[in-house]
Amino acid sequence: MKARVHVSLKPGVLDPQGAAVAHALGTLGFEGVKGVRQGKVLDLDLDETDPEAARAQVDAMCRQLLANTVVETWRVEILN
Amino acid sequence: MTSSALKPVAEPAITPELIADHGLKPDEYQRILDLLGREPSFTELGIFSAMWNEHCSYKSSKKWLRTLPTKAPWVIQGPGENAGVIDIGEGLAAVFKMESHNHPSFIEPYQGAATGVGGILRDVFTMGARPVAALNALRFGDPEHPKTRRIVRGVVSGIGGYGNAFGVPTVGGETNFHPAYDGNPLVNAMAVGLARTDGIFYAKASGVGRPIVYLGAKTGRDGVGGATMASAEFGEDVEEKRPTVQVGDPFTEKRLLEACLELMATGAVVAIQDMGAAGLTCSAVEMGDKGDLGVRLDLDKVPTREAHMTAYEMMLSESQERMLMALHPELEDVARAIFEKWDLDFAIVGETIAEDRFLILHGNEVKADLPLKALSGSAPEYDRPWSETPAAEPLGPVEAPMGSMEALRKLLGSPDLCSRRWIWEQYDHQVMADSVQLPGGDAAVVRVHGTNRGLAMTVDVTPRYCKANPRRGGAQAVAETWRNLTAVGAKPLAITDNLNFGNPEKPEVMGQFVACVQGIGQACEALDYPVVSGNVSLYNETDGAAILPTPAIGGVGVIEDLAQMTTLALKQADRVLVLVGPNGCWLGQTLYLREILGREAGDAPPVDLLAEKRAGDFVRRSIQGGLVAACHDLSDGGLAVAAAEMALAGGLGADLDAPPQGSEPHRWFFGEDQGRYLIETEAPEALLQAADRAGVAARIVGRTGGEALVLAGESAPLEELREIREGWLPAYMRGEA
Amino acid sequence: MKSAVLVFPGSNCDRDMAVALERVSGRKPKMVWHKEAELPLGVDLAVVPGGFSFGDYLRSGAIAARSPAMRAVADFAARGGMVLGVCNGFQVLTEAGLLPGALMRNAGLDFLCKPVELIVEETQSPFGRGYEAGARIRLPIAHHDGRYVAEAETLDRLEGESRVAFRYAEEVNGSERRIAGILSENRRVLGMMPHPERAIEAILGGVDGLPMFETLTQEAA
Repeated sequence: MKARVHVSLKPGVLDPQGAAVAHALGTLGFEGVKGVRQGKVLDLDLDETDPEAARAQVDAMCRQLLANTVVETWRVEILN
Repeated sequence: MTSSALKPVAEPAITPELIADHGLKPDEYQRILDLLGREPSFTELGIFSAMWNEHCSYKSSKKWLRTLPTKAPWVIQGPGENAGVIDIGEGLAAVFKMESHNHPSFIEPYQGAATGVGGILRDVFTMGARPVAALNALRFGDPEHPKTRRIVRGVVSGIGGYGNAFGVPTVGGETNFHPAYDGNPLVNAMAVGLARTDGIFYAKASGVGRPIVYLGAKTGRDGVGGATMASAEFGEDVEEKRPTVQVGDPFTEKRLLEACLELMATGAVVAIQDMGAAGLTCSAVEMGDKGDLGVRLDLDKVPTREAHMTAYEMMLSESQERMLMALHPELEDVARAIFEKWDLDFAIVGETIAEDRFLILHGNEVKADLPLKALSGSAPEYDRPWSETPAAEPLGPVEAPMGSMEALRKLLGSPDLCSRRWIWEQYDHQVMADSVQLPGGDAAVVRVHGTNRGLAMTVDVTPRYCKANPRRGGAQAVAETWRNLTAVGAKPLAITDNLNFGNPEKPEVMGQFVACVQGIGQACEALDYPVVSGNVSLYNETDGAAILPTPAIGGVGVIEDLAQMTTLALKQADRVLVLVGPNGCWLGQTLYLREILGREAGDAPPVDLLAEKRAGDFVRRSIQGGLVAACHDLSDGGLAVAAAEMALAGGLGADLDAPPQGSEPHRWFFGEDQGRYLIETEAPEALLQAADRAGVAARIVGRTGGEALVLAGESAPLEELREIREGWLPAYMRGEA
Repeated sequence: MKSAVLVFPGSNCDRDMAVALERVSGRKPKMVWHKEAELPLGVDLAVVPGGFSFGDYLRSGAIAARSPAMRAVADFAARGGMVLGVCNGFQVLTEAGLLPGALMRNAGLDFLCKPVELIVEETQSPFGRGYEAGARIRLPIAHHDGRYVAEAETLDRLEGESRVAFRYAEEVNGSERRIAGILSENRRVLGMMPHPERAIEAILGGVDGLPMFETLTQEAA
């Protein structure tokens, strides 16, 4: 079973890298980009076959390692 | 992997196109046929192309490199190993080399520069040395060129990203901008390591039946010969097999360093070789060749990162952070445990054999069976036609279009003379806690850990001089490094050279190469300062336009007692400034001419090597004798720029006298005559008398004090000059200059 | 003083820290490999050094924070042991939850290596006792992820309990309230981005790191 984790900064946490990307888009002529927030995507290949169990497992992984709960949130997607 | 459905496909037939795509000329291919008495296999063709290309074989340059002086009583290992080794006293050796990573840095600036740093660090620790300093020589295109800014940013962060994480201080370097590098930026990385003189490791294998061990990271398709892709039939998995940019992993490299040094201490290592260009091929051949042995490799044992790698790909992969080692078999368990501790691959992939044979097995098939010695020994060697660079047109009279202070402001704010702080603040230059002279001085100085000695090091070349007069330019580059080391109080010991040129098949480019090497050789000879390692990078051309001839020189010297080290910063007010060496007058090829008058013209300044030696030896003695409070060598921008740099570094003003009768101010203040130093002293009489006895020209040219720099009565506040000098690069990188 | 310095794969200021500790305390620290689940017996101070532990690959300090040796450090801290985390060590301590907040990419996005001026904000801990309150000291920084971030109430609490140990005198990396180093509630755990171990000899550019190591040594005596 494959799972995808999207880790992103919590709303309100300053994101200078996202701001730099937004600025770069502006200089390239892409107008109307109100904001950019960057994050991470992690693809996991799991032995688990039950979607709900997999989700719970990945959620625990996020809490313990994959996300820094002080500044980041996450979203788990179960693929296939 | 999901690609298990993919079948390994048949190897392509050897056609003239395939041969040409491998960079082999028809006569070179004929040489292969003669050697083997048969057509080579695809894998064999790849092996020959790797061994006989310019990078591995030095086929265009070897004839001339042989002429360089490489010996001195303190040289432990000269060119031909992973790095040069010199004795620095107290049972310790400095191990160093500089190497280019030009083309990869143009393709992908961050990874190109990062892997360049990784490669040179590996060269140094392969020899048993812990890297203690990194330097770099960077040449970028015209600041106005649309690609330049992106390349600068990528290269600088790549160097920092790798060196900082690895944990080696990046302590020095130089950076120039010139349109000749628009399509060919140069990234030359130098590393210096420390080892015990009795703890140096070499590539030379000895003994038959020694296990050959693969260490470090896994093998992928990184950098596998792009040219061969077009003609090879790879079927539907062509995307998967497309060669990829080499990606550096400093974390793996750091573990590899620690694991290798631990392993070396156990006595398990017979021979060790870094896998650099054409990794497995070059490293295995080198090991066998130097030890007069054959090598058998079983590629099924090679740790791979991707599925279905062919023998061809494994032999030519340039995946980073890998080593090859010949092992004392009885210590295999000890060795394996160390690599497991550091979570690194450790795989026995072959052995040394008695016959002169390079035997490659894969999937129960013989993929290559070649005479090993012939792979390097029979490599082509060329005496390429070369033509002497025509003598430069005389410069003639040069008018001064503006006052000296206005010219100085312009120079200090120019791309080639402004502060490089934006660059070196991105490098951790203090990790290892032994950096005693940081970037921004004449030479970087790193304390030899646990002693009171210092290793001084610097990187220099003035490409515009080399273009105008390659022989002078070559000598000048060596002399300038020697002078920089001297200026901090070090005794210069040896150099590494990184020779970057255009296409050697053009006689005028080959002529630049030959003359630069001759100039380097003359200077090394005269200064007792041999070459112990180096690297040649040719074919640096885009659309037929070559780079400026750029033989970057990395110099290393030693300071026996750090209490006698000096810096360029002015120390105290009301002291005298003494100019050592000839009065300024030469304007040909100077930055003044280029930046103030918009001309790149005239001849390079003459280099009088005997005078250079006399002046340098005198300055060093004076530093040791306590006569020197601050010292700076005169180079780009001449006397005025040197004085400004000293004043800004010390936060203390200086007042330079008007030039003597008959001397034009712009020549006096901005001439780039060679063999000169500017010294702050509290004992001018003693210094001038000693100079007189030594037969060295010296005169008082000014005084320290105040908060301004004064040039013959024209004054500018230091703070203003600082803003000008610090301003350009950060503004340029923000897109504002 | 008996001290221990943790070593992770990718640590690179472990030796520098060991040299500084030995120089001031006269005693070689024990080096503790990340897989060791216990600290050596009788240790007074545990140090998490700078570097790029595990390549800093997920987030700076994240993987090291979950190592067996760090669990031992957490136990040690819970028993009142003194813990110092410098640079990557500070990142590890926040990731491990021994100190609040997080360290994120510098506001200017570039790695920064330079000496900075710090204001000594507290002198009641074994780390700050050797300095005068409000003193200005100079220590080098060398980091990419040094921007201290925490929620407003956390920041207020740190300020209110006088747990901000050092503050940048000028804006450096975008840290909230220019925070350069913070203490735990019991004032026995300090995390800081600047490198005191690089400032213990005049020849290296300064000695403003010395008082910290001196008072730590006295505290342990």
